[in-house]
Amino acid sequence: MKFKLEIWRQQNGQDTGAFVTHEVDDVSPDTSFLEMLDILNENLTQTGGEPIAFDSDCREGICGMCSLVINGEAHGPKRATTTCQLYMRHFPDGASITVEPWRSGAFPVVRDLAVDRSAFDRIMRAGGYVTVHSGPKPDPNDVPVNPEISEKALDASTCIGCGACVAACPNGAAMLYTAAKVSHLSLLPQGQPERYERVQKMVNQMEKEGFGSCRNYGECEAQCPKSISIDFIGHMNRELLRATVVEPDDLRGDMKTQ
Amino acid sequence: MDLDAKIPEGPIADKWTRHIDEIRLVGPRNRSHYRVIIVGSGLAGASAASSMAAMGYKVDCFCFQDSPRRAHSIAAQGGINAAKNYRNDGDSIHRLFYDTQKGGDFRSREANVWRLAELSTAIIDQAAAQGVPFAREYGGMLANRSFGGVLVERTFYCRGETGQQLLLGANSALAKEIAAGHVNMHTRTELLDIVVVEGRARGIVVRDLVTGAISSHAADAVVLASGGYTNVFNLSTNARGCNVTATWRAHKRGAGFANPCYVQIHPTAIPAAGEHQSKLTLMSESLRNDGRIWVPKKSGDERKPSEIPEEERYYYLEERYPRFGNLVPRDVASRNAKDVCDKGMGVGPTGQGVYLDFRDAISEKGAEVIETRYGNLFDMYERIASDNPRETPMRIFPAPHYAMGGLWVDYNLMTTMPGLFAIGEANFSDHGANRLGASSMMQCLADGYFVIPITIGDYLSRHPSSEIGADHSAFRDAEKEVHERTERLLAIPGNQPVEVFHRELGKLMIDECGISRNAEGLQDALKKIPELRDRFWREVRVPGSGGQFNQSLEHAGRLADFLEFAELMCHDALDRDESCGCHFRDEHQTEDGETLRNDEDFAFVSVWEHRGVGEQPIRHKEPLKFEALPLAQRNYKT
Repeated sequence: MKFKLEIWRQQNGQDTGAFVTHEVDDVSPDTSFLEMLDILNENLTQTGGEPIAFDSDCREGICGMCSLVINGEAHGPKRATTTCQLYMRHFPDGASITVEPWRSGAFPVVRDLAVDRSAFDRIMRAGGYVTVHSGPKPDPNDVPVNPEISEKALDASTCIGCGACVAACPNGAAMLYTAAKVSHLSLLPQGQPERYERVQKMVNQMEKEGFGSCRNYGECEAQCPKSISIDFIGHMNRELLRATVVEPDDLRGDMKTQ
Repeated sequence: MDLDAKIPEGPIADKWTRHIDEIRLVGPRNRSHYRVIIVGSGLAGASAASSMAAMGYKVDCFCFQDSPRRAHSIAAQGGINAAKNYRNDGDSIHRLFYDTQKGGDFRSREANVWRLAELSTAIIDQAAAQGVPFAREYGGMLANRSFGGVLVERTFYCRGETGQQLLLGANSALAKEIAAGHVNMHTRTELLDIVVVEGRARGIVVRDLVTGAISSHAADAVVLASGGYTNVFNLSTNARGCNVTATWRAHKRGAGFANPCYVQIHPTAIPAAGEHQSKLTLMSESLRNDGRIWVPKKSGDERKPSEIPEEERYYYLEERYPRFGNLVPRDVASRNAKDVCDKGMGVGPTGQGVYLDFRDAISEKGAEVIETRYGNLFDMYERIASDNPRETPMRIFPAPHYAMGGLWVDYNLMTTMPGLFAIGEANFSDHGANRLGASSMMQCLADGYFVIPITIGDYLSRHPSSEIGADHSAFRDAEKEVHERTERLLAIPGNQPVEVFHRELGKLMIDECGISRNAEGLQDALKKIPELRDRFWREVRVPGSGGQFNQSLEHAGRLADFLEFAELMCHDALDRDESCGCHFRDEHQTEDGETLRNDEDFAFVSVWEHRGVGEQPIRHKEPLKFEALPLAQRNYKT
């Protein structure tokens, strides 16, 4: 197969960047999208050019490192699929394909197609945890969890943190990501003590990072490689509302290091 | 080389408790004076960093990915073992110890294996307390599944993504400590050297992968949690970025490397489709619980699997190993798959594949049950291979998966270099010559949550804090070496991309040092590796500069290390003139084609000392003692 690629090239965060046309030929339909870019990069290296920078690691759809907006869609045209598991057989031979980095002010470009998603980590640091030190803990069967609740929490925590929801959203909102993280812990008994403080802190951090606001376009769910439901956004909004009417937590319970 | 493992005295079941009672500790008020560097943020690194930071140590944690959450532990699918005996099926610490020792083919250190089994239950408790959503039964109790090589159900899981959920748990603990200012997290930063002063590890030199800046970080101890080296095969189930650089640089600086030839080949991966394939995708071993493995009896049978009648199917594992059937340990499953393919019975376009069939499981247990257990794995397979395993059998083939070998460590997880520790897959200690399924995450988390936070105190308490800063001349020297090496890579006047050499190395290693090895092939590889290394240093082209985000440069640096490391792997495989676990030497097999150990001459850990690139390394021995469990030939047949 043969493809004409319009690829975003940008030296670094300060550079303005532009689309550059690259062609790649003789690609097997069973080649993944990233392997196709590998082939292009090998050709560029051999002919004296500079390879295209893009992020990827596990290449099995779980690490969330790969990204790419392909023909205007986050992770490309196939639903519930990361770019690393997108295959060239899903494109017609001879197709023109546009490849861009995640488009969001909160995800600055590092180089070419690689972006900086540390804003997501900062949302997690704001409260995406249960405060628990390492050491002896009660037996998990002492705290039974309804399997339906546990499965629902897992539906949320299956988020791989790739950022497709932000790239897909016309507003660049990070609601689906934050909602998945908030919902996971708020559903489980282990997450209850910090439940209301957590949702407030994480939503505040999300807003501070400069993500847009949610207008219920639903693009995030449609383009999420893990098909995380926007129901969780509703869940998070309810959590936030509840949090505003409960008494603030007394933070003396926080175990301090010496 | 001092190989005293410092194993505590006393009965095996009391060793760890007694060790904790007697070990030197750093008091709470003093911990904040000590700085610890942790390299890697997977299950081992994240759990160690968060645990130590919460205790009060100052921690610097480094990862090459853009977020600590992306470390390759995330890809572990099937589950994590713990001797909870929730199923009331006879499980115990002793049985998990026994299974691990036997699975490792009696090439691991008993005391470490016992400790691992002992700590296994606490890991589940810890993870559940963090909010890891383990599978639950209707009554709300934790569910279990069984895994290869054992007779009990002791594996805890979160669908097919147990690794992601456990890592998110460890990472949430890490996130809290980062937010509290107890951990400095350095993402997109790669270790390029270990700094040693007066024989002790004092810090590291790293490259910022975004700006290219080289910098030094001093600490009172350095912990490597940098994972395994299976990407030496190029095609493996590891993430593209997994590399040997941290452990190899440590080895070159003096840390002994143990058992580098022990590499596990996972029996259930999706077969390679073509030359440019970048990785082999693992299908969780849990699939073997319900899937039946077979090949057509007739060689070159081109019929669709559904058209092949029952009597013309060779269920080779069930026939050869009636007791364990499709659940034989990984090495046995891998070797048998290679064996039937070598005999021409393999399936798929390359003939390098066997069927894993769910037809019978679906008809016996119902499509719904099978869907709940494996639905996401089926979807994943279908995405990659464009076949639906609900209707037609999967095709699978063994793929390099896990490195049992690694830096030698003592009972405290300290390497032969004082102040340098290795945890998780980066060390060698717990899995012998073969790792049982669902034990890797167990080891990473046991090391990180429960062992290193305590044992590191024994070293730290013996030394004053902050003795040497990053302004010491040793750091300047190491930085200079790193700069020179980077410049050298960039200046090579070749025109071949790095990938070309990685593919060539991978092919050589899988052929000569893969599922089976022999002296002739290994000697041949030992001739070819230095030649390939020379060609790499002459003919590679690394575009761009060192002062920018440069992925070719990253890959070139990692491959340069693999090209040195591969030689050590072959030396070790050649030196270990016996078969054990995953190390299968053609010369040493039973009449049935099973591994044939030589306990008289090889019941030891091989620990290698570096003597310079291309020089014959020196092999030292740590003798293995079998006191709690007498040596026995592995037998999964009866």
